[in-house]
Amino acid sequence: MAAGAAVAQIMRVMIIRWMMMSLALLSGAALSAETVAKPDAVAVHRAAGLAEKLRCLVCQNQSIAESSAELAVDLRREIGEQIKAGRSDEEILDFMVARYGDFVLYRPPLKSHTALLWFGPALLAMAALAAFARALRNRRRRLRETPLTSAEQAEAETLLAQSADTRL
Amino acid sequence: MSDDARAVDGPTVASGVDSDSTEAPKSALRFVRFALPLAVFAGLAAFLFIGLGLNPREVPSPLVGKPAPTFRLAQLAQPNEAFSPDQMRGQVWLLNVWASWCVACRVEHPLLVELARTDTVPIVGLNYKDKRDPALGWLAQLGNPYQLSLMDTDGRVGLDYGVYGVPETFVIDKQGVIRFKQIGPVTEEAWQKKMWPLVQQLRKS
Repeated sequence: MAAGAAVAQIMRVMIIRWMMMSLALLSGAALSAETVAKPDAVAVHRAAGLAEKLRCLVCQNQSIAESSAELAVDLRREIGEQIKAGRSDEEILDFMVARYGDFVLYRPPLKSHTALLWFGPALLAMAALAAFARALRNRRRRLRETPLTSAEQAEAETLLAQSADTRL
Repeated sequence: MSDDARAVDGPTVASGVDSDSTEAPKSALRFVRFALPLAVFAGLAAFLFIGLGLNPREVPSPLVGKPAPTFRLAQLAQPNEAFSPDQMRGQVWLLNVWASWCVACRVEHPLLVELARTDTVPIVGLNYKDKRDPALGWLAQLGNPYQLSLMDTDGRVGLDYGVYGVPETFVIDKQGVIRFKQIGPVTEEAWQKKMWPLVQQLRKS
């Protein structure tokens, strides 16, 4: 029983190793084939990155990379052509902003009129923290023990004495 | 109101129970506790209400106030003849982006035809990502309000003008500067309230 289980375990490990090795070989072959077939893999990667940064103005909540709207297809083609023409990423983004405005960027640029957008949440969080701290401080002040006056002390002692009596 | 009243008579009523000085701030605190959420809610409601009236499709164009991008395109009626926006120098004119496949273009078309009939303002059509035959058919069927139309078959010029929703209409001044962009159909209201006054004003300058 025990020996059989051990053999099965060894077999399983060997099979898994063999599968992993063949997978690694296969993917290695695929990778090299890709790099040979597409010398512009970098360009493709750059185009994909840029397309993800740009908003499709027709669908608005999708990037150019995700959208299948005709405008998105055109803009993807434009990005590809500009990369081929040797333009930098920044130049391509500027090209899009010049035509479609800042809205085309998913990450809005930091400008005077976008300051609220960038810093608003942090300001709000800071205001909330300040209010919370103030509330805590007030609470502590409210709960601070005030020493009993001598009359109160005497009254408390008599009451305690009484209860001690009844308990007996 | 009642909070204020309590603030005034508070100390006299409750003097025996609470320690005397805390009562006035306490009622002020109570007032803030009610007024602040109300104010926040009112502000939020106001923002959302304004937001209801905004059209998210109308993205302000960065091209307004900038020179109209120049181009050279073949004319729809005479493909052998080219047109460039420089030819409109000295005139206030409209560049209207249209296509035969564009459904919303049919909405604004009667207004454009009327503007052309009354010779109100020259309109140049940019036939965007269209084919020549259906475009000509469209004009024959619905009327041709355009001084001339240009074939932007691959949408390259449309891209330079930041076109993303046909129809779009640009008001371009005598110096060739874009002064206004209408996204979507030119409605009677948009024409009367915005575009026509602007055209008249630009003509004077």
